[in-house]
Amino acid sequence: MAPIMKVAVIQFPGSNCDTDCQAALLSFPGVEAEIVWHKETSLAGYDAVVLPGGFSYGDYLRCGSIARFSPIMGAVRAAADAGVLVLGICNGFQILCEAGLLPGTLLRNNGLLFRCEHLHLRVENTDTPFTSVLHKGQVLDIPIAHGEGNYFADPETLKALQANNQILVRYCDASGNVTPAANPNGSLENIAGICSHGRNVFGLMPHPERVCDPLLGGAEGRGIFQSMIEAVQKSKS
Amino acid sequence: MSNPAITPELIAKHGLSPEEYEKVLSILAREPSFEELGVFSVMWSEHCSYKNSRPELRKFPTTGPSVLVKAGEENAGVIDIGDGWAVAFKIESHNHPSAVEPFQGAATGVGGIIRDIFTMGARPVFLMDSLRFGSIEGDSEQAKTNRRLFSGVVAGIAHYGNCIGLPTIAGEVYFDESYSGNPLVNAFCLGILRHDQIARGAAEGIGNPVFYVGAETGRDGLAGAAFASRELTEESKADRPAVQVGDPFREKLLLEACLELLATDAVAGIQDMGAAGLTCSTCETASRGGTGVEIDIQLVPQRAKGQTPYEVLLSESQERMLVIVKKGREDVVKRIFEKWDLPYAEIGKVTDDGMMRVRNGNDVVVNVPARSLADDGPLYSREAAPFTPPAALDLATVPQADPETALPKLLAHPSIASKRWVWRQYDHMVRTGTAVLPGSDAAVFIVREANKILAAATDCNAIYCKLDPSVGARIAVAECARNLACSGAVPIGVTDNLNFGNPHKPENFYQLRAAVEGISEGCRAFGVPVTGGNVSLYNESPAGAIDPTPTISMVGTIADASHITTQAFKEAGDQIYLLGETGNELGGSHYLLAIHGRKEGAPPALDFDKEIAIHNALLGVIRKGLIRSAHDCSEGGLAVAIAESTFGTGLGATIDLGTTDQRPEVDLFNETQGRIVISTKASDSAALEKDLATSGVPFRKIGEVTAKQEFSIKTGANAYSWKVAELEGVFESAIPSLMEG
Repeated sequence: MAPIMKVAVIQFPGSNCDTDCQAALLSFPGVEAEIVWHKETSLAGYDAVVLPGGFSYGDYLRCGSIARFSPIMGAVRAAADAGVLVLGICNGFQILCEAGLLPGTLLRNNGLLFRCEHLHLRVENTDTPFTSVLHKGQVLDIPIAHGEGNYFADPETLKALQANNQILVRYCDASGNVTPAANPNGSLENIAGICSHGRNVFGLMPHPERVCDPLLGGAEGRGIFQSMIEAVQKSKS
Repeated sequence: MSNPAITPELIAKHGLSPEEYEKVLSILAREPSFEELGVFSVMWSEHCSYKNSRPELRKFPTTGPSVLVKAGEENAGVIDIGDGWAVAFKIESHNHPSAVEPFQGAATGVGGIIRDIFTMGARPVFLMDSLRFGSIEGDSEQAKTNRRLFSGVVAGIAHYGNCIGLPTIAGEVYFDESYSGNPLVNAFCLGILRHDQIARGAAEGIGNPVFYVGAETGRDGLAGAAFASRELTEESKADRPAVQVGDPFREKLLLEACLELLATDAVAGIQDMGAAGLTCSTCETASRGGTGVEIDIQLVPQRAKGQTPYEVLLSESQERMLVIVKKGREDVVKRIFEKWDLPYAEIGKVTDDGMMRVRNGNDVVVNVPARSLADDGPLYSREAAPFTPPAALDLATVPQADPETALPKLLAHPSIASKRWVWRQYDHMVRTGTAVLPGSDAAVFIVREANKILAAATDCNAIYCKLDPSVGARIAVAECARNLACSGAVPIGVTDNLNFGNPHKPENFYQLRAAVEGISEGCRAFGVPVTGGNVSLYNESPAGAIDPTPTISMVGTIADASHITTQAFKEAGDQIYLLGETGNELGGSHYLLAIHGRKEGAPPALDFDKEIAIHNALLGVIRKGLIRSAHDCSEGGLAVAIAESTFGTGLGATIDLGTTDQRPEVDLFNETQGRIVISTKASDSAALEKDLATSGVPFRKIGEVTAKQEFSIKTGANAYSWKVAELEGVFESAIPSLMEG
């Protein structure tokens, strides 16, 4: 039987959430997920692409700045242009920004320290292939683990993101209030994740793949992958 | 460049005694070359040869039906966990490097222990750390230095562990003046492997090519093993070049490439280059294989031009491995290391003459029997000072103190306070297996590929060890086992890190000997082997030796996910019980230290039979689903344990200890061993009591979990209460406010 969604999880040198993403995806019946080495140049046959977290190229020079030149990135760009779903998590989000597939950039956390902890995200827009099964204002408990997750964009870019409803998740408190105290890294407007103008590229700093199993602290990351599955199924039907 | 002449001064500078040099002369039957002097110096250092500790280490129980690779045989021991799966784990110190360069010292400590694990063919899955610093409180220069060391070490561990993608899921951090100027940084790594994947560090197969893989050799970490085998002095800062520089990205690539290579059948032997670098890896693999190894320095990938053979041999540059490849399979190495963009070079071959031979082109610069370096180093039986066990603390000498103010003070003591500031800097969730986050009694990790649940804890109360090393070491083992039991786990093995002062001083050597004997007794009692570990001696600053710190790390398995238990209370109305009896003592307690500034008396006694009975009883009721939380009483005693169980829950607790003939501080804060606070659903109380009564262990109901966020405790005619939010506030803010002001 053909898979309901076939996903390429890109492995850059230094990726370290690649197998975590693969395992999270494989926990959905009917989903296939394969690790694709960054020196490959084709993504033909995949319904979705995940750029996982980690420290691609050791985060040397600047997070994601070397990975954007990896051979596979040509195929990632072509897939994004063709409307294929592209999800970048943590370092994957940083790579998408460096590659220009998402606007803005991720700076050093304002507290200067790496932060790994569970926190809350408020869903801002459900009219996307990554958030369709969630509801607007829903509060998700999803952990972060990064030293450079402080989202920044110039005022025009920010205005465009707002105008197009491209801000998909914001850091909030347990009740859903977007407050400075709930902002773990100094991100502009508490932005935790944004999508592309065309809605098919999504980058976020938190790790939904880490909360796909109640035994491991929750399953609130599943909605993002479930939304992707539904979008892929819809596009195939 | 010509080498210096071998003079008595040069020999002394290499840390070899005149007797040891005589031994070198008799092995070689000639004067050593400069390179050979360096090679003997590092291989016969305490760090590599364990010359002062090996006779003691032989006392450890190291065998058992589950032991697949024994302590000392290879880089790490390997223990069977069933269904064809095994774990390899070990703890190792990086104390001296961290004292002079905390960030890189700690980072490379993590890198080194990870290499020890994947050298065994195991995929590393998690890390732990045991850290000790001087006091971080106050404005003194020393406190500022200690804060700098603390933040540097934590950042270094975070840097390496986070980047390589291994979760740091548990650990311990203590602060005590004895570590001022000589912090302890002990890093633990555990890996998982199939039985048939165990790799060996032996140079087998005469004529097989010897490959060097990984990072290029530079001048960093020159003779670090010899540096680590001296006391730290004011001049130690000049030894900074002896500290290595870590590159976790390179190690991540090396890890993946080596595991990919080991999955082929091209490898005859593999050994990491850690302490004593290329020197140690060549002579150890040859010695284990009963062979010789010949290499050419000029073929070694090098970072800088103009390095001498001496420098290349003694460099401790990180992220390098030595691989003995089966002849004819060289292409496999080439394919895999080119895929991962890592340097590799064929630098020599396995020979049949038992010699470690190093060429520099056509010149032979080292030609020494490999066994003489790796296994036939000097051994010393040091003198142990006679020891009189301390008298019990006379409680009459301890002035009354108000328990209501003492509890928040204890919770704010940096050794007891929340370590969230530390573990929030570590990625403790990557590899998606962390089932119990840091901050509970033991970390619990689900190994996805093996479908196994592991628990791990690391412990050592060095105050107890200072007062009575034997009792302290026994307690360290028991407390680890107790932490595992509280999480629902049964212990399977121990690795130890013996941190002591200069063994030439008889009181220090007594501490080492007594601790080894105490650990051995503990491991026999719990039926677990010591699978390996590390000895770090010469932990002294100008102010004297550290408190003896035999750190114990224990690994256990949990049979079923439903057995995973945490320390946090779960629901209002749950009934709280105390397992074990409370003695009338305060010796060696953190209450005595934090409130009265005294480190004295006899540490609490430990009875292994009673301890084991309590662990077994607890595991029995956990398996029956009768337990909602379990937390052992350690530093700060019962009151601290109960307070901790309320934190993060939005709940409180009402406790009544009933009639007592002891002082309230004793009931609240003493550290009698073998006590565990548990909670159960009210509807399960009767079943729990029946079960515990059958097992015959002492237990009593002491209270109830409440919706009201207050912690109140009655003992005899005295009653105390605190708002949970206030206690949690001081517990959580103590370290951040010291570190961030």
